[in-house]
Amino acid sequence: MSKLPEDRTENVFKDFKKPYTTSQALAEANRCLYCYDAPCITACPTSIDIPKFIRRIANDNVRGSAQTIFESNILGMSCARVCPVETLCVGSCVYNEMDIPPIQIGKLQRFSTDRAFERGWEYFEAGPDTGKKVALIGGGPASLSAAHRLRRYGHQVTIYERDGLLGGLNTTGVAPYKMKADASLTEVEWILSIGGIQIETGVEVPKDISWETLRAEYDAIFVGFGLGKDSYLKGENTDASGIYGAVEYIAKMKLEQLDVSSVQHAVVVGGGNTAIDAVRELLGVDIQNVTMVYRGGEHQMSGYAHEWAEAKKENAQVSWRSQPVGFVETDGAVSGLHCKKMDENKKIIEGSDFEIPADLVLLAIGQGKQGDLMSGLPGLEIEWGKVVVDEHGATGCPGVYAGGDCINGGKEVVNATADGDVAAKAIHTFLTGENNG
Amino acid sequence: MADLTSNTCGIISPNPFWLASAPPTNSGRQIMRAFEAGWGGAVWKTLGQPIQNVSSRFGGIQWKGNRGVGFNNIELITDRSLEANFKEMAEVKRNFPNHAVISSLMVETKEEWKDVIKRSIDAGADGLELNFGCPHGMCERGMGSAVGQEPAVNEQITSWVKEYSSIPVLVKLTPNVADIVPHGMAAQRGGADGVSLINTIKSIIGVDIDTFVPQPSVGNKSTNGGYCGVAVRPIALHMAASLARHPEFNIPVSGIGGVTNWRDALEFILLGSSSVQVCTEVMLHGYRIVEDMIDGLNNYMDDRGFKNLDEIIGKAIPAYSNWGNLDINFETVAKIDEDKCIGCNRCMVACHDGAHQCIHPNPLGGIIPIVDESECVGCNLCQIVCPVVDCISMVQVDNGFPEASWNDHIVNGASIRPKKGSHGYDMPQ
Repeated sequence: MSKLPEDRTENVFKDFKKPYTTSQALAEANRCLYCYDAPCITACPTSIDIPKFIRRIANDNVRGSAQTIFESNILGMSCARVCPVETLCVGSCVYNEMDIPPIQIGKLQRFSTDRAFERGWEYFEAGPDTGKKVALIGGGPASLSAAHRLRRYGHQVTIYERDGLLGGLNTTGVAPYKMKADASLTEVEWILSIGGIQIETGVEVPKDISWETLRAEYDAIFVGFGLGKDSYLKGENTDASGIYGAVEYIAKMKLEQLDVSSVQHAVVVGGGNTAIDAVRELLGVDIQNVTMVYRGGEHQMSGYAHEWAEAKKENAQVSWRSQPVGFVETDGAVSGLHCKKMDENKKIIEGSDFEIPADLVLLAIGQGKQGDLMSGLPGLEIEWGKVVVDEHGATGCPGVYAGGDCINGGKEVVNATADGDVAAKAIHTFLTGENNG
Repeated sequence: MADLTSNTCGIISPNPFWLASAPPTNSGRQIMRAFEAGWGGAVWKTLGQPIQNVSSRFGGIQWKGNRGVGFNNIELITDRSLEANFKEMAEVKRNFPNHAVISSLMVETKEEWKDVIKRSIDAGADGLELNFGCPHGMCERGMGSAVGQEPAVNEQITSWVKEYSSIPVLVKLTPNVADIVPHGMAAQRGGADGVSLINTIKSIIGVDIDTFVPQPSVGNKSTNGGYCGVAVRPIALHMAASLARHPEFNIPVSGIGGVTNWRDALEFILLGSSSVQVCTEVMLHGYRIVEDMIDGLNNYMDDRGFKNLDEIIGKAIPAYSNWGNLDINFETVAKIDEDKCIGCNRCMVACHDGAHQCIHPNPLGGIIPIVDESECVGCNLCQIVCPVVDCISMVQVDNGFPEASWNDHIVNGASIRPKKGSHGYDMPQ
């Protein structure tokens, strides 16, 4: 796999949650009540047996602890860093009910999985060859999770990835204060170390290989190709330089070195988690004025409240109820954002025009849905651009499964990981008739 | 994957982890759930003539926010009929032929022993455990620890049992004695195939300071119970090891007392136990704790290349010696890792008030204390009180004196190093 440059922009960021020392991990692990049928397990999309892995830390069986995590979630190392634990496992810890600080499950998971990576503990091997072949479209968390599980069953798997790097948004999209691109690639290598996962990068489905060809060559297909490109705004001067899709720009920060020294005023359009990440990342590279521009009010944002609270502490500015209608341009470069005010119901108030100075604009107003790329498959249903699947990840087209952002419209890494695992188990049943649940 | 198969005097189980005779083994249905969870064996809740139990049976010690660090009970043997118990025992063995089921027994007359032994064997039990340990209630009726405290009675009843039993017999010993060795030897003389220890320690777990009734309170009275849980483990380790290392004691030991996880169990194994019995931690957290006991022990053995339990049983016994054989010239001093020290000064106050006054404030200032190595006796107290893992280490010092024990010194005049930690107080003035 290609090596990333050392001087990437993301490298200026420090971990926002410091890793635990052994003393800290033991103290925290021993605080866990070891609940039975624990709510944290239910809150985890991959159903990691959290009390069990924490008890194993407390009992000085860190190797077993990491195994407990990986058995349920092969991307447990990255999920420990990027999961919004405040709204998932940690948010459901019973200590919250007692008004006692909840167990820091993410940090404990990081402690165990980091040890497993450092020590090179090996847990999994591929199953005996079944002779069945599965194609996985997209090289992100959903496909990696599915591929690993399928290899444990002994199926032959090939991942088709449009770009050059595996790991999907884990590699190119995660806020660098949570995880850096090289950590994601290390995890990819670790997952691939089970052996026998064929990788075809630079291959776009269905442009380069048609669905018909894939269906003829493989016994089953898993689609985990995520979302498409950033959505763009319409209006005047959209071709001025200095305007980027947020996902595209974050990928540049993570993989390349960007010169932001001349940026005085950066603006991020949107109110979701990508917008908040972009705001915090721009503040983190020392851009003095970073303004989020959102159509609604604070209570209407889809981004996590705990993330926005951090952004505010970092001096993020915001323009609520503001609808961009175009860009201001000076000498071909963007110099401002032209907005109108909106009322309580997100309706434009005529005559309320104003301008926000901006020499860098990131658009975090969503990404294109890719469901239509699959429209040729018989029986397959698409709804609002999302692929429709049942609870096992099966589409309406026999032998074709899907998971991750392309079915949910854009959720967390842990959701994609869970989808991949669920679909892999269903694919195994489909291919062999065995139910290994 | 290491082979965890355990053999205690011919009682074979897939791993060395057994449930001790107690509430978790009260019924066949419970034991089958335990086997499904991974337990290798179960010693049935003690069978005997029907009794009646009281309400309010358990007491737990809460210490600095941790509940159940010590635990006691005043529950007696099974209060279910012998018929029901033996029927269920047979069912368990039918469903789990490869797991160890040990029938724990406590009756009075020779005829009664004959009866319950035959019925245990008929039910398919893999072994018997004679409850000579229960220190509350039953001992008032001349059974339990009343037997275990009298070597002659212990030996006689054991020999009755051996007369009737075709399966291995373990004698469960009481720790409520001054020295465990004569009691283990009595069981061996009686023909026991092995011993299990310790049963619970006679105790009063606490007193309700508002009602003036000790705990657990049964209305307006209480009684002494049997103490167990984490807090008793050191006592149990000593007693199990005392028998395991005794040159004339030659039968296997099943270790019991305060085991909560694989490490605790391993300590019993390293001190000579062939199997390890657990009760309290299961009562607090359920059968599921065995998962990590199996996984943790297996990982430990794999990491160190041990292939089966025989390679580790008793591995620490040769190093369990008498004080007179310890090397007086072995010298350690405390070292404080300045990068890890958080400046709580707990080591300093412990050393000043509880040890030998050799940890002091740094005369150059700062929060990190210094160790006066010329007076440090290497007692470990600072390391024990330090809240930071690996901050204080006890480091060996080469003082030039060859190894010499007190016995070597007295018998052969071996030279021993000068004392430390007296700060000149006992020097001639």
